[in-house]
Amino acid sequence: MTAPFPMPSASAAELSVGPLVFMADAAGVLFEEAERILVVADLHLEKGSSFARRGRLLPPYDSRETLARLSAVLCRFKPRVFVSLGDALHDGEAMARIGAAEKDALEDCLAGAERIWVTGNHDPVTPGGLGGTSVPEIVIAGVTLRHEPSTDPAAWEIAGHIHPAAKLRRHGRAVRRRCFVSNGTRCVMPAFGAFAGGLNVLDPAFAPLFGRSFEARMLGEDRVYRVASSMLVPD
Amino acid sequence: MTLPEPFAGWFAARGWSPRQHQLALIDKAREGRSVLLVAPTGAGKTLAGFLPTLVDLATRPPAARDAARLHTLYISPLKALAVDVARNLEAPIRDMALPIRVETRTGDTSAHKRARQVGRPPHVLMTTPEQLALLLAHKDATTLFSGLRRVVLDELHALVTSKRGDLLALDLARLHRLAPGLSAVGLSATVREPDDLRRYLVPQTTPDGEATGAMADLVTVTGGARPRIGILEPARRLPLAGHTAMATIPEIYAAIGGHRLTLVFVNTRMQAEFVFQELWRINEDGLAIALHHGSLDAGQRRKVEAAMVAGRLRAVVCTATLDLGIDWGDVDLVVNVGAPKGASRLMQRIGRSNHRLDEPSQALLVPANRFEVMECRAALEAVEEAAQDTPEARKGALDVLSQHVLGMACAGGFRPDDLYAEVTSASPYADLSRPHFDAVVDYVATGGYALRSYERYARLKAGRDGLLRPVNPAVVQRYRMNVGTIVEATMLKVRLGRPPRPGRPAARGGRVLGEVEEYFAETMTPGDTFVFAGEVLRFEALIENEVVVTRAAPGTDPKIPSYAGGKFPLSTFLAARVRAMLADPAAWKRLPAEVSEWLAAQQHRSVLPGPSDLLVETFPRAGRHYLVAYPFEGRLAHQTLGMLLTRRLERMRLRPLGFVCNDYGLAIWGLADLTAAAASGRLSLSDLFSEDMLGDDLEEWLAESALMKRTFRYCAVIAGLIERRFPGKEKTGKQVTISTDLVYDVLRRHQPDHILLEAARQDAATGLLDLGRLAAMLARIRGRIVHKPLDRVSPLSVSVMLEIGRESVYGEAAERILEEAEAELLDEAAA
Repeated sequence: MTAPFPMPSASAAELSVGPLVFMADAAGVLFEEAERILVVADLHLEKGSSFARRGRLLPPYDSRETLARLSAVLCRFKPRVFVSLGDALHDGEAMARIGAAEKDALEDCLAGAERIWVTGNHDPVTPGGLGGTSVPEIVIAGVTLRHEPSTDPAAWEIAGHIHPAAKLRRHGRAVRRRCFVSNGTRCVMPAFGAFAGGLNVLDPAFAPLFGRSFEARMLGEDRVYRVASSMLVPD
Repeated sequence: MTLPEPFAGWFAARGWSPRQHQLALIDKAREGRSVLLVAPTGAGKTLAGFLPTLVDLATRPPAARDAARLHTLYISPLKALAVDVARNLEAPIRDMALPIRVETRTGDTSAHKRARQVGRPPHVLMTTPEQLALLLAHKDATTLFSGLRRVVLDELHALVTSKRGDLLALDLARLHRLAPGLSAVGLSATVREPDDLRRYLVPQTTPDGEATGAMADLVTVTGGARPRIGILEPARRLPLAGHTAMATIPEIYAAIGGHRLTLVFVNTRMQAEFVFQELWRINEDGLAIALHHGSLDAGQRRKVEAAMVAGRLRAVVCTATLDLGIDWGDVDLVVNVGAPKGASRLMQRIGRSNHRLDEPSQALLVPANRFEVMECRAALEAVEEAAQDTPEARKGALDVLSQHVLGMACAGGFRPDDLYAEVTSASPYADLSRPHFDAVVDYVATGGYALRSYERYARLKAGRDGLLRPVNPAVVQRYRMNVGTIVEATMLKVRLGRPPRPGRPAARGGRVLGEVEEYFAETMTPGDTFVFAGEVLRFEALIENEVVVTRAAPGTDPKIPSYAGGKFPLSTFLAARVRAMLADPAAWKRLPAEVSEWLAAQQHRSVLPGPSDLLVETFPRAGRHYLVAYPFEGRLAHQTLGMLLTRRLERMRLRPLGFVCNDYGLAIWGLADLTAAAASGRLSLSDLFSEDMLGDDLEEWLAESALMKRTFRYCAVIAGLIERRFPGKEKTGKQVTISTDLVYDVLRRHQPDHILLEAARQDAATGLLDLGRLAAMLARIRGRIVHKPLDRVSPLSVSVMLEIGRESVYGEAAERILEEAEAELLDEAAA
């Protein structure tokens, strides 16, 4: 387990969007210290069983794993407000399939926090049983938090949905990690779910959002690493 | 025994007489015996395998012949070999006007023809293990195979060493059950343990499940002319490391000039490209020299093969793609560039020349560095003694069994008790325990998860008759799409295109030249030049899974980034011989002067280890401290060892930075003075090399090892957890990698005893991690470590040290790479 705030490089962890300053954590979450707001994107709970339903019997442990990680993060940060940026559930029936132990774990995780469930394409309607409020988007200090990033160049925005991952190549080896992508006005968060894949940030899908120049904060073992887009390579 | 007509007449008309073993096989067939035929190349093995079938069919009354449905199955490891053998069989059938129908069935056979082959089968069907698996999973398999008399397994020695051999063993067990009168015939080159193959051919249990240990009969063809093998001694000095054979190119060229058709075998595609390029550089006589390797465009390869058979070529530079039994024309010299890595593989390659039993094969071994001189010498002596180093019999893989279990469900269902009895009658699975079998069936049915949440999504369900069957046709369709045990490395197409200009990116447009492995493409940056398909190409860009290249300006020197030594590690058997040679100065006089002088210098400056010792040298060089060890256990085992040793040194705070290895040894370097640490007792070499590294250290490393993840991916694909492709929706290897890595992490944490993790661990023992060999080595050297502290590099160590910078540095220091990139950004910001 990672120690609380192991931040050898404060500059790497600090991530600004408009007026808001966050801590980008190696677990893949953003934390705003003043208001104690924790933001997480793309939990994709019950992705394993969603595949199983269609005949591909992936391990049924992804929710368990995702929630164990989420619980560790929440214990560290003890947020006042918890925001999920959409796709918390992999499909509309996920809450019917999720195990009782996992459901309890989720409840334990979030006890005491104000919960805001931004809806996503996988969960356009947040089903009951999660507590809190379901909204299409919320605005905090002029920054919009939504699931799918918009292409408005002037908007301050934090989003998820496209699961960014960055790849570096050195000494004949490649390292590929989930990452935050940001340029000061917009941030796209890494997916948090155990079975959520990653899309390379050099994919054309990112171009309308960030243009050519942006920073990636790649998730390391216990800190994030800040890397310029010019150093990254495609898959 | 004599041949019946018209066969006797056919032989006589050609001035031939049937060979002893050919007649012996007809006898065996009459007695209904299964048999293993072991014979050197050129002994007429294939004809021996088919004669009994032809005789039996030709001498039956026409009514009985027509009633006979499928009579003989022929299974070959290569599609091309099946087609080639079918063609060779046509001649006697046509000459004698035999009313016998022979057909092939491969991945290329049309759907229409395949359907017809099931409804109205030929007398003889030539196919591959994968196609046989598909036929056996067919709902009409029982009707199709119930009258089968013979199954002929060609190149059996090559098939049984892989997962394809496991698949074929399971299919053979099913055939024996469907056709109780079946006899199996194995055709094999000389092997170390023929009994393993004899057991492979026949059921290992009675129908009641009692173990019998039964073996097929054995027919051995001895004799044949002894091959004439030489080791090339170049005029130029051989380097201490490297695999390019640069120094020997003029001599290879001269040898080609002195023969009709030469096959130049090399160990890797890279070497093939290099040798081809260098031969053409000095090809003043304009000899027709061609190139043949697995990543060239198929059309290009077919052209080379046709030109060979037609006698229009003087030499072909090739890789293992030409290893197996296809007769490619009148080859009179085989050149093996680089060390042969195994004595049996060398024999097989040499057999490509003079494909006739009574003429000696001619071969020339070309060592590329001084260690390889010793290895070539050891291989040559092994061939002279006819010593073999074919690998041990395999333990059947669990992922292959999973695939087979699903296939048998598709074939009309099975009762677990019956299928267990059938599966354990196959020799690779004879020791399979019932709990393991049940775990596999459970995996196939519901995923095999301890958390029993997938019962409602089960793929298999038991009917009222107790038979497990697929729940819907989609399961059957998926099985058919994913059959087979070969999981290819992701390959990228190489396409000619145009270079980028200001304001315009690189673009595709030209033709496809072939394919390269993805990892190779990943090592290049735009502007790099490399040799491919015999040309120097410039890497321009990677566009949507294609490598876009342009032709480099004439005279450009290629920058080939890696000369990997080959995918086969040095065999244990040859390694022992090389160690013995090293330890025995009397044996050095059989080596060229430069090699024996090198060994003498090592003896003088350091020490030469005894045949069972492990020499470890430590010395400083250019501000770094080195530890070089010489286990001689092959590159794969050394890689794993290096990974584990660096972890241990790290834990002892001896600050290792990286390591490299080759087939003979490994070098680790770092910041701490290891000689001083050993002197002060801070570092104990016997502790460092103790067998307990295979416990917790290994477990910890496996958790994050990319090699282990790759091993798991192969198992997951073969076992059908991840589909290779979906109807109408091809999945690229890349997407599979991502998802299986995530699956591996989650499964390892939540159900470490899952059957697929078990399958991956079994593979790791023999595959990419070579754990079995590493364990044997650590046991061998216990108490036999010879430590030699030195003040500088030793002569022997130079060959390993030269790998630094040539091979990519191993060590899975991903965090360090991230740190470096970040530091660069900060530097830029500060500048």
